[in-house]
Amino acid sequence: MIPHRRILSKVLFSAVVFLTFSLGNLVKAQDGKALFSQNCASCHAIDKKLTGPALMGVEDRWTNKKNLYSWIRNNQAFLKTGDPYANKLYNEFNKVQMNLFPNLSDAEIGAILKYIKDWKPAAAPGAAGAGGASKAEEGDSTLLFGILTLILAVIAFTLMQVNSNLKKLSDDKEGIPAVEPVPFWRNKAYIAFVTVILFLVGGYLTTKGAIGLGRNKGYQPEQPIFYSHKVHAGINQINCQYCHIGVYQGKQATIPSVNVCMNCHMAINEYKGEKLYREDGEEVNGTAQIQKLYEYAGFTPGQPWDASKAKPIEWTRIHNLPDHVYFNHAQHVNAGKVQCQTCHGEINKMDEVKQFADLSMGWCINCHRSTQVQFKDNGFYSIYEKYHEDLKNGKIDSTKGITVEKIGGTECQKCHY
Amino acid sequence: MDKKYWQSFGELNNTEAFQQSAKDEFREELPFEADDKGLLEAKTPRRDFLKYLGFSTAAAAVAASCEVPVKKAIPFANKPEDIVPGVANYYATTYVQDGEAVSVLAKVRDGRPIKIEGNELSPITKGGTSARVQASVLDLYDTARLRFPTIDGKEVTFDAFDKAVSEAIGSGPAVILTSTIVSPSTKEVINQFIAKHPGSRQVTYDAVSYSGMLLANEATYGKRAIPSYRFDNAKVIVSLGADFLGTWLSPIEFAKQYSKGKKIDEKKPEMSKHIHFESVASLTGSNADEKFLHRPSETGAIAVALLNAINGQAVNISDAKLKAGVEKAAKALAANKGEALVVCGSNDVNVQIVVNAINEALQANGKTIDWSSTYNSFQGIDADFAKLVDDMNAGSVSTLLVYGANPVYTWYDSKKVVDGLKKVKNTISFNAKNDETTQLCKYVIPDHHYLESWGDAEPKTGYYSLLQPTIYPLFKTRQWQDSLLKWSGATTDYLAFLKGYWSTKVGGETGWDKALQDGVINPATLPAAAGATFNSSAVATAANNIASAKKGGKIELQLYQKVAIGGGQQASNPWLQELPDPITRATWDNYVIISPALARTLLNIDLNDNGQADAYEVNPPKKMVKVTVNGKSIVLPSLIIPGTHPDTIGIAVGYGRAKEIGKAVEGTGQNAYPLASLNGNVVSFTAADAQIEATGDTYKIAVTQTHGGYDTKQGKRTEVMKELTLSHFQAEPAEIREDREKELAPFGGLEKFEKEGTIYPYYEKPGIHWGMSVDLNTCTGCAACVVACHAENNVPVVGKPEVMRFHDMHWLRIDRYYSGDVDNPNVVFQPMMCQHCDNAPCENVCPVGATNHSSEGLNQMTYNRCIGTRYCANNCPYKVRRFNWADYTGADSFPDNQRDVLNDVVMNMNDDLTRMVLNPDVTVRSRGVIEKCSFCVQRLQEGKLKAKKESRPLKSGENNEWDVKTACQQACPTDAIVFGNANDKHSAITITREENKLRTFFSLEQLHVLPNVNYLAKVRNIEEGAEAKKEEKEHA
Repeated sequence: MIPHRRILSKVLFSAVVFLTFSLGNLVKAQDGKALFSQNCASCHAIDKKLTGPALMGVEDRWTNKKNLYSWIRNNQAFLKTGDPYANKLYNEFNKVQMNLFPNLSDAEIGAILKYIKDWKPAAAPGAAGAGGASKAEEGDSTLLFGILTLILAVIAFTLMQVNSNLKKLSDDKEGIPAVEPVPFWRNKAYIAFVTVILFLVGGYLTTKGAIGLGRNKGYQPEQPIFYSHKVHAGINQINCQYCHIGVYQGKQATIPSVNVCMNCHMAINEYKGEKLYREDGEEVNGTAQIQKLYEYAGFTPGQPWDASKAKPIEWTRIHNLPDHVYFNHAQHVNAGKVQCQTCHGEINKMDEVKQFADLSMGWCINCHRSTQVQFKDNGFYSIYEKYHEDLKNGKIDSTKGITVEKIGGTECQKCHY
Repeated sequence: MDKKYWQSFGELNNTEAFQQSAKDEFREELPFEADDKGLLEAKTPRRDFLKYLGFSTAAAAVAASCEVPVKKAIPFANKPEDIVPGVANYYATTYVQDGEAVSVLAKVRDGRPIKIEGNELSPITKGGTSARVQASVLDLYDTARLRFPTIDGKEVTFDAFDKAVSEAIGSGPAVILTSTIVSPSTKEVINQFIAKHPGSRQVTYDAVSYSGMLLANEATYGKRAIPSYRFDNAKVIVSLGADFLGTWLSPIEFAKQYSKGKKIDEKKPEMSKHIHFESVASLTGSNADEKFLHRPSETGAIAVALLNAINGQAVNISDAKLKAGVEKAAKALAANKGEALVVCGSNDVNVQIVVNAINEALQANGKTIDWSSTYNSFQGIDADFAKLVDDMNAGSVSTLLVYGANPVYTWYDSKKVVDGLKKVKNTISFNAKNDETTQLCKYVIPDHHYLESWGDAEPKTGYYSLLQPTIYPLFKTRQWQDSLLKWSGATTDYLAFLKGYWSTKVGGETGWDKALQDGVINPATLPAAAGATFNSSAVATAANNIASAKKGGKIELQLYQKVAIGGGQQASNPWLQELPDPITRATWDNYVIISPALARTLLNIDLNDNGQADAYEVNPPKKMVKVTVNGKSIVLPSLIIPGTHPDTIGIAVGYGRAKEIGKAVEGTGQNAYPLASLNGNVVSFTAADAQIEATGDTYKIAVTQTHGGYDTKQGKRTEVMKELTLSHFQAEPAEIREDREKELAPFGGLEKFEKEGTIYPYYEKPGIHWGMSVDLNTCTGCAACVVACHAENNVPVVGKPEVMRFHDMHWLRIDRYYSGDVDNPNVVFQPMMCQHCDNAPCENVCPVGATNHSSEGLNQMTYNRCIGTRYCANNCPYKVRRFNWADYTGADSFPDNQRDVLNDVVMNMNDDLTRMVLNPDVTVRSRGVIEKCSFCVQRLQEGKLKAKKESRPLKSGENNEWDVKTACQQACPTDAIVFGNANDKHSAITITREENKLRTFFSLEQLHVLPNVNYLAKVRNIEEGAEAKKEEKEHA
């Protein structure tokens, strides 16, 4: 009988392990929403135009599904086929090139499109309760599996107890001297089993926690001045570089100095735009915030400004990289032509800036694996003669192109030295 | 090529200890309390280990669960137009240390100067630097700098100070005691001060003076000046003890010129010949083609003999070897009249007069000796200062202003200076540190560091170099010129004065701006070499004086300057203290240099006896000796250095400084200046009669000589170095290449070796492939590169106790190899850094992949992955990987946790002020990780980005345009190091390898590690060798 129990516990154990892992996989499966926010959301919304068109009903607008898929993967190549709708779209959006997504599989694109199709506009604030409920529904399947596991575990446990009782009875009957029964909490097999489970769960949580240490995705501290990127970069369309002058030249994008703010705010001393709200819903008086700037600058409207009286503003730093990482904005923005939004999210829609990416190494590497360098446009890469040759005669997939990884962009000493 | 090369005596004799040491890189036992009882009963058993593990995990968890600290990002209030945070700016300024002035560029990152580079616009140094120039940036952040003005040791404000001083001195006469002033505007300031204080005078005093030359030139050329030397015009150079590549007069300039004669064109191999006479092994002597040893007292006799021989007379020298040497030198010189040069390091007027006569006989005047421009760098006449000391003692000096000079430390009769200072009513010191002289001054108003100063310098007449501040003054210090102006009643400050002085000369504001930006003002056309009228009347008397000079006793003493420490002005600089001396390879101390022969008789150490050689060499304790000269004694440890005359001992000056000038000088050596003497008008740095006796004690010296030794089962040391004589090279230019071909023939030969000599796969090398070439023929071993590497890469200082434990951290070391005669060997220097092997043995033994290869050929080291197994270091055939045994640079977030592990010097490097020198682009390594040369990867990345921004290919030396230069390459005064993209047909590295195909070799090439660093073989300009080779061939 004892071997049976062992087998049973093994089976049970592997069932739990299997469930744990398959749950993990479920989360990773073709989640259209995740894929959408990862790949599309920085330029597209479903219900309104951003950098790119609103995506609601996109499948209806594209007559040929195949065309849509190849457009999504490589819009530049598709444009060259001369498709009238694609070209119209391209011109309509000021010839802004859409990012290339050569790595998206059909299934993934399908998931994204399904997400767009099924998407319902968020309920009005009054209907917040409904939104909450739908969220709970999302978690349902996990919960279901959990409860099922638990029920199965209890059944298995009961059966085992029954089994052992039956064994005892039959032993009594056959006259085999009864062994002092070991209560299950002192049964080594149970203890070992529970220990292993605890170890696995604890290990998983610890590892996850440790990996997450120092990562602050979503960090949104309150700043000394309620500076709204939405008002400046979004509504008023001020170029990022006007204030972040270092972004093209050096390592740091640089936070503008007071005199840069004052270039405009000497004249603009009231806020007349839409009402501003903090994240918690508190209304913000824009004009009062401009006054705060004047305090730092030592400026009184109507009087000449003495720049030497200005005091620096102590902003709270949001994006922090560890000291052993070398990151250079110029490399990405100037040489690599990467959009600010790729890493910083829809900054032009944020009133208060929030950390968009987790800035983890995996996140960097993934991007380096899929992003192409400016291989043809930048003269620096002319020295990679072999790659140019291979591109020409098709040895290298031109849709994949020359990625950052291909020229060594995932090597240690590109960022750590 | 069967010549034996050796770094240490143990290696020469292949002793037991050497064999032992060559086996292991890390020679000490692991720090476990090992005993016989087994692991469980050991002092730290398994359970304790588990406890510690548990505790630290818990502690880490608690620490980590704390909130993420809030960091601030504070921009400028008003951003200056030219400053972009994170982008370095370079400002041209001038390194001025006493008389020495070198045009440099200071790299300023976010308001702090962090690195010094040479200024290529200077026609003097042409962008070269020295170890001391490179290290000077650390002096700026020295914690021992004086931080405010004091009167009687109490802090006062500048106003109170000015008031007190003007009350004390009024308009009375003062003596301004300075080291040589090379600044023309400062001279003007001094004149103004003297005009306002009638009866005042300036006395110039140089610690290591060139009075002998100045006076000799006055006697023979009628000018108290030192002409320019043109080593580049000389085909034969004879030096009588002048260390012109290391410490003599203008070493950076001379090294640049000298290297020109040492560059070899393979199609027409020719090079200059350098014959050296010296008493104690020096850097220059080690670079000479031929070297002859003599007693210091024989310098004059050799000069006279040389003159006689050139004039066709008999050579009257008893020592046969020396006589042959003089005759040989004379023959070579006489055969190259007009293209020959003789220089002499003696401070004796008579000797220098005879040397002038020799140069005149060689028609050097106007060719290799150029009077069109003279040096302003050393103007002091020792007799002037001797008179001042007498005046002070006589009580006739009421006010003494001291700037730069530090006679209490450097004057041979220090007691007399101290006594004299006590009799001076008002003593004012401008020195930046509380040095020996400043300690005795009533008023102290520290000067800025040169990186904080405005100013100008004229190292040679007609060549100007400007200073501009690169950082706001760190402390309450003031430029001494400002003080002088103030005390002369001037209303302008020195900056206005300086601008006023220059603006008309350089053409107004725009001209001034341009000059500041360039950093130098050069003559419109560089003047052609010019001669001066020679007056031979003094020569005969000088020769007679030499003949009647006192003969030496049994043992003679030669005081010398070390390349790193010089006269001792920068002695508190830890980079310089830890820099292994190029010759002795010792750090942190001075010592008595004795020859192997003297060691036998005096210390009873026979280096040919294996046991004794080991006992001497492997253990840091060295036998102490007591040296007595003129009744003054000094007790120092001894080092046995081949290439030293058997009857001569050498001691370096510049050590034994007061502890107030910095932690780095505490316990480092003894002051040797008191052993000098005043000989007529000049200080003599030799003593003809010295007594030396062993005291029986020992003293530990941190010598890196036996560190980083390597021997592999596959390769003997002979393959590390390749050397030829010039005649041999002319006769058989392809020998090295043929040797390599022969050796690699079983593995595919030279061309196919990479692919066929291995079972590993071949990897493509697209785009960039970095490579470096080091020319052993032009490398002089001056160690500027080593300090440059320190500054660029945040290489830590580990302190003397750690160096003694083999823990030195230099990413780049300069191996010194001897060959030939033990008493007077030939020397070759080989800079050794990570060779960035394409098939690197370190990479495949790393269990965590912390070191691996990049597609650009870099052997990458990832500190955050490294777990410190040190397998890589053990498996490195070049022994260039360094392990952080402690937290040397304060990388740890827990302050002071190394307090008892490291000594005060290293703790001082952890100070917030000192840490300002760190390069923010380079990670500060923490304890327990390996580090090594990265080919300055931060510079490579920056250079590539620059090219990408401009959308063009990377330039590495095409038309002398550079996007990237490694720190060592940039610092090198002789351009021995070339670096760049070896895939680029037009890059300097490709061209260098192509043009020097015959001399190119790779160290330990046969191991198939495929280094990306190649060396160019040393060629020695001697006749011997060709015949021997021929014979050998005939035999074979």
